[in-house]
Amino acid sequence: MNKIYFDHNATTPVIDEVFEAMVPFYKEQWGNPSSIHWAGRGTRKAVEDARENVCKLLNCAPLELIFTSSGTESDNHAIKGIAYAKKDKGNHIITTKVEHPAILSTCKHLAKEGFEITYLEVDKDGLIDLEQLKAAITPKTILITVMFANNETGVLFPIKEIGQIAKERGITFHTDAVQAAGKIPINVQELNVDLLTISGHKIYGPKGVGALFAKRGVRLTPLIHGGHQERNRRGGTENVAGIIGFGKAAEIAIRDLDKEIAHLSMLRNRLETGLKEKIQHVYVNGHPEKRLPNTANISFEFVEGESLLLNLDMKGIAASSGSACTSGSLEPSHVLVAMGISLELAHGSVRFSLGKSNTVEEIDYLIEIMPPIVERMRSMSPLFAGHKF
Amino acid sequence: MYSEKVMDHFSNPRNVGEIEEASGTGMVGNPACGDIMKLTIKIENNVITDVKFKTFGCGAAIATSSMVTELVKGKGLDDAEKISNNTVAEALDGLPPVKMHCSNLAADALHAAIEDYRKKLETK
Repeated sequence: MNKIYFDHNATTPVIDEVFEAMVPFYKEQWGNPSSIHWAGRGTRKAVEDARENVCKLLNCAPLELIFTSSGTESDNHAIKGIAYAKKDKGNHIITTKVEHPAILSTCKHLAKEGFEITYLEVDKDGLIDLEQLKAAITPKTILITVMFANNETGVLFPIKEIGQIAKERGITFHTDAVQAAGKIPINVQELNVDLLTISGHKIYGPKGVGALFAKRGVRLTPLIHGGHQERNRRGGTENVAGIIGFGKAAEIAIRDLDKEIAHLSMLRNRLETGLKEKIQHVYVNGHPEKRLPNTANISFEFVEGESLLLNLDMKGIAASSGSACTSGSLEPSHVLVAMGISLELAHGSVRFSLGKSNTVEEIDYLIEIMPPIVERMRSMSPLFAGHKF
Repeated sequence: MYSEKVMDHFSNPRNVGEIEEASGTGMVGNPACGDIMKLTIKIENNVITDVKFKTFGCGAAIATSSMVTELVKGKGLDDAEKISNNTVAEALDGLPPVKMHCSNLAADALHAAIEDYRKKLETK
């Protein structure tokens, strides 16, 4: 059975070039980058070279990039770091209802400590209303955090405009760009962002490494106290091989960006058109244009997402329902529910997130096997009575 | 994540459908939970002679629905009423903990169908 992977928003495979770049840092160049002797010096240089490559992905300066252990850590660092650093100025944070749990849970935690959180609504396309954002701002607002691209639907938020609103009012602006990095261009010089989160394993790098862009002058309380690593902003000996891999992955992402955007949007459009042509009562969730090129979030009415995933898995296809982080729960996707999608349709959603190795043949295979799966599940569904193909 | 028995019942569900002019119908679950089960039973001389299900739900919901139909077919009403959600889960070699509450409703559907049958008898 062919194995087909359509879950790149969950994680991506480490590509060969990246792995090969990492290997020497487990074998010959194992020195601590903080050491002044021969064993550490080369490692330090390699880490700083990797930092430059990751910076190029965002167009920021090396001093502005902090390596962390993950996107989640970067999000925690940004939000708690600002909340604690600016708590004398105010206690209000604005975010959205559709953020990743790394943001939502951190905000929930801060709420217990006395911070006030506003969760902005989204419309049926998954977008926020900028007027609502402006209206939510109070003299006590210290931070706005809005994701760059939604992990479940791929919907893109107007980061530059949000940044402008924050900038005019002296509010710090953070964006979780974990899903956007490597899939669309990101230029922090043009975006009015103060803080931006990215992760290695979403761009064909290793797991266990992330980064936080913190604009020069933005003061953050550290999350992890320790040594002087990362300019005293993040203690702990660097995950050297991980950072090297992240740097290589960033270099490749920049090199291949235009080609990948064309490839992924062609495949994604073929997938959506094909499924809509072959199966009735199918809905694509999220704004039709303002979204990532690789993500298709599709609701199959009258059937439940997990049972579709199990059927797909039996045919060798890996996809996901909602986000991998929420699949352990029974709640329908908080993103789709916030968009006003009915509970049945939210439960009947499948996310196909495509990546560089996917082919037209794989998409066509999905389009071929999906109609009988949906038909079989619908024939078993009590919700389907009265509806006929 | 799921046992082999769950996957077997999910891939080859037994007794799918709806009995026309059923003696009793049980419908349980809700869209928030993501699982809705409809069970129809035919009862002759206090024995469940036929049973069919239709289910909207995850792998566990479909497997438990299928399993409960196997467990009750040919059983007397008294025995059928003793079947609990746990009986069904055990017959499937267990369910993941997260599924035990929400997607383990098949026995509830069975009891609802039997209750429906008894109510119909009273009003006759």
